[in-house]
Amino acid sequence: MSALLELVDLHVWFELDGGRELHAVRGVSLSIERGERLGLVGESGCGKTTTALSILGLLPPNASVSGRVLLDGVDVLAGGEETIRQRRWVDVAIVFQGAMNALNPVRTIGSQIVEALELHQLAKGAAARRRAAELLEQVGIPGDRAERFPHELSGGMRQRAAIAMALSCNPRVLIADEPTTALDVMVQAQILELLDALSRDFGLALILVTHDLPVVAQLCDRGAVMYAGEIVETAGVEALYHTPRHPYTRLLFAATPDLDGARSDIASIPGAPPRLDRPLQGCPFLPRCDSAFAPCATLRPELRVVGDAHAAACHLNGVPALTEA
Amino acid sequence: MSENGHRPVLEVEDLVVRYPVARGLVGTVLGRPRRAVHAVEGVTVRVRAGELVALVGESGCGKTTTAQAVLRMVEPDGGTIRFEGRDITKLGVRELRPLRRRIQMVYQDPYESLDPRLRVRATVEEPLVIHGLGGSKREREQLVRDALERVELAPAELYLDRFPHELSGGQRQRVAIAAAIVLEPRLLVADEPVSMLDVSVRAGVLQLFDRLREGGLGLLMITHDLSTAARFADRIAVMYLGRIVEEGPASEVIANAQHPYTKALLSVVPRRDPRERTRPQILRGETPDAVRIPPGCRFHPRCPIAIAECREVDPELTRPAAARSPAQRAACIRV
Amino acid sequence: MSVVLNEPGLAVEGEPVRSRGGFVWRTVRRRPSATVGATLLLLVLLGAGLAPWVAPYPLHQQVGPVFGHPSWSHPLGLDDGGIDMVTLLMWGARISLVVGFAATLVSMLIGGSIGLLAGYFGGRTDVVLMRITDYFLVIPDVPLMIVVAAIWGPSLFHIVIVIGILLWTSTARVIRAQVKSVRERVYVKRARSLGAGHTRILVRHVVPQVAPLLIANTVLTIAVAIFDETALSFLGLGDPSRTSLGKIIENAFQRAAISSGAWWAIVPPGALVAVIILGCSLLGGALEDALNPRLRVAHLSARTFRLRPLVGRSAESI
Repeated sequence: MSALLELVDLHVWFELDGGRELHAVRGVSLSIERGERLGLVGESGCGKTTTALSILGLLPPNASVSGRVLLDGVDVLAGGEETIRQRRWVDVAIVFQGAMNALNPVRTIGSQIVEALELHQLAKGAAARRRAAELLEQVGIPGDRAERFPHELSGGMRQRAAIAMALSCNPRVLIADEPTTALDVMVQAQILELLDALSRDFGLALILVTHDLPVVAQLCDRGAVMYAGEIVETAGVEALYHTPRHPYTRLLFAATPDLDGARSDIASIPGAPPRLDRPLQGCPFLPRCDSAFAPCATLRPELRVVGDAHAAACHLNGVPALTEA
Repeated sequence: MSENGHRPVLEVEDLVVRYPVARGLVGTVLGRPRRAVHAVEGVTVRVRAGELVALVGESGCGKTTTAQAVLRMVEPDGGTIRFEGRDITKLGVRELRPLRRRIQMVYQDPYESLDPRLRVRATVEEPLVIHGLGGSKREREQLVRDALERVELAPAELYLDRFPHELSGGQRQRVAIAAAIVLEPRLLVADEPVSMLDVSVRAGVLQLFDRLREGGLGLLMITHDLSTAARFADRIAVMYLGRIVEEGPASEVIANAQHPYTKALLSVVPRRDPRERTRPQILRGETPDAVRIPPGCRFHPRCPIAIAECREVDPELTRPAAARSPAQRAACIRV
Repeated sequence: MSVVLNEPGLAVEGEPVRSRGGFVWRTVRRRPSATVGATLLLLVLLGAGLAPWVAPYPLHQQVGPVFGHPSWSHPLGLDDGGIDMVTLLMWGARISLVVGFAATLVSMLIGGSIGLLAGYFGGRTDVVLMRITDYFLVIPDVPLMIVVAAIWGPSLFHIVIVIGILLWTSTARVIRAQVKSVRERVYVKRARSLGAGHTRILVRHVVPQVAPLLIANTVLTIAVAIFDETALSFLGLGDPSRTSLGKIIENAFQRAAISSGAWWAIVPPGALVAVIILGCSLLGGALEDALNPRLRVAHLSARTFRLRPLVGRSAESI
């Protein structure tokens, strides 16, 4: 069966002052099945949040997009705002980065969920309120808290409320952008446990956008590593850690301190990501790579299958024969 | 390199810091009792020359307040703070000034800790100017260059005339560190120094701290990230609601944690290796606010092994029976 | 193949360095409202400034009949004393501008200092200073001027002081708010923990951050000061020996210009005041806008992103 959600060769450009353009997403292709947990991993500026926002068509006016976003085989981007609007929140929902701080401060969290339900015409009045209480219960907020204002709740509770709002229209895909970054480790564990339960109990597909590799290792089934606007490797999380096929993946794991590997050496990756407002030549990771060789400077590596459900964009896995001109 | 042998650079004993909570007009009129946020309730910690001590805990545990009290940015309500053997708890502004050379702070946010209008040169030079060090402009410039090279921003020429917005997060943090070490301090207090940096850059900054420690610099690092503390700290002190609940050599606290809170925290830290899925011991609820501290052991409402006695006894830090190192302590009556 | 040992990559090259004076110039260049405002002001300033050399006729000499009609030699006609209007306006603008600038200077000095001290020190200082500000806020301007004129006689100096005293309060508030926020910035706290004294912090770190706002506020205050001066002069409370634009209007009014049909004696001075105020408002408003963090309205406006035709292979790869 076809994938639930598929991104095909997605590109996003942002117009900058002075006529320049920032090519933030450079040909991203992804697919996610029903109930699958995918981690979209990368550091700041790699384009993961932009990719996530493109799925919902939530890009600012200075953005232009090409490529396809297929939901159940239907291209929602091509259909324009009207098509996306029907799908937004109903099929695909998002918990934004810092959502817990973006709740409307003058309305109770219960009423904000009711608002989402009424806007999408799923329920009204008392039925909506009941559903809202149900949702809050599902995310672990006791019913009596529905009448609280955001500032009366802790960070963890607010994040749960934001998740409840995202679930209000029973989406099939939930995108969570850095859902636990600002939270304490214990609260983070609670939220991850919640996302895990929701995904299992409701068959919810999860796209976890984060810079935190261990979180992806613990919660997700598959990981897609992004660098400079592209996906450089995608594989099951175990393969990603034990047999990485892209130097960036390997180096990123090596740079992440771990409780178990306590005193072993960790190393930072020298250099910085390339500027995306200029055309790139060859492999974008070249300046920082410890295994670069001849073709890397001129030939841009494509994402190619290198194992079972494992793809990587690196010449170390084999340089394609140059085609006839 | 420390002249006074094994004497700790920093000794904090029984530190207490409380913030009064405003009663409001109604409260005052009705004669309600004054309440306070018990941010720090009796913390004892020592940092030796060349040592990195990590103060670890969740938000609201009092670690940041402790750091601020050490720098006297916040006034202690009790306890003593000794720096290089000298009691600085009650010193006035004027006497503190020369000490500010020797204790420096590095802040969490590299995007906010540099004045956007000053070039790198001016930022790193400022401490010298404030304390009247370095003689001529040329001598100061040399000290600035040295500091930049020590934080691995080399060659210094490339960075001297830059503005903060031209630098990456990691570079900005290095500039902030350069400005801190240009005065050759003995103690550096670092508040979440890498939490806002990209992962690929963090190790570099922390390894820089390692190198600085070889020169005898003592470091008190505040962090919520146990993995970082595990790798870089010599000793770890775990805080909960204003108290230290466990402390000891880093390797011991990580591998052989005794206090139930530490154990729970360690169990929920995600690991890199997907095959290492631990059995997380997720505590219910959240840390209670520091205004209403539970009676007895402050952790007992959330403790998985609490017994009746825990509601009455407020445990001291003692050496646990199962500890392998004489320096490990935990505040729990059940260990 | 080479491994770089540290992080030489500079995040962004070639971004404009932010300097204070440059801020005004850049805003004037970039924003049309600022350009228009600045141009208007410049023209008026030139006309008024160069009046002694450029005015077509001597100021105190009758060159024609009372309320003479506009003609080629007198584009704006003559006033009630037969004096050329254009000349009168140029000289009048001088006085109005001088009063406006002087009053604004007084108000900026008082308001800026109070705002700075209240915002930086907080606590009791803040409470006391703000209380004083509140008292000044409620003083009504016209009665104050009448009282001052009655007791000490109307003079240019008194007008400047009165207007200055009335206008500093809003500046104080605005500056105080900004200073309070700058004070909490990490780099200011860092400077304090380094042992920097208050003076150093204020001069080096706080004032430069607050200066652009002060400039914007100054320009807007000039508009109000000139308006106040015009109004006071029109009411006869101005200095009788100096002819500001307000006085010109008052004179024309008193000498029955309207019933004589001599619109050129009343409308041009009023229009000129309006132009000055407009110029100040446009420029000041644009400067203030330039200081606000740009709120991306409709940041997530999905309606407007554009679809590009499918790119086969991206242009950058070989």
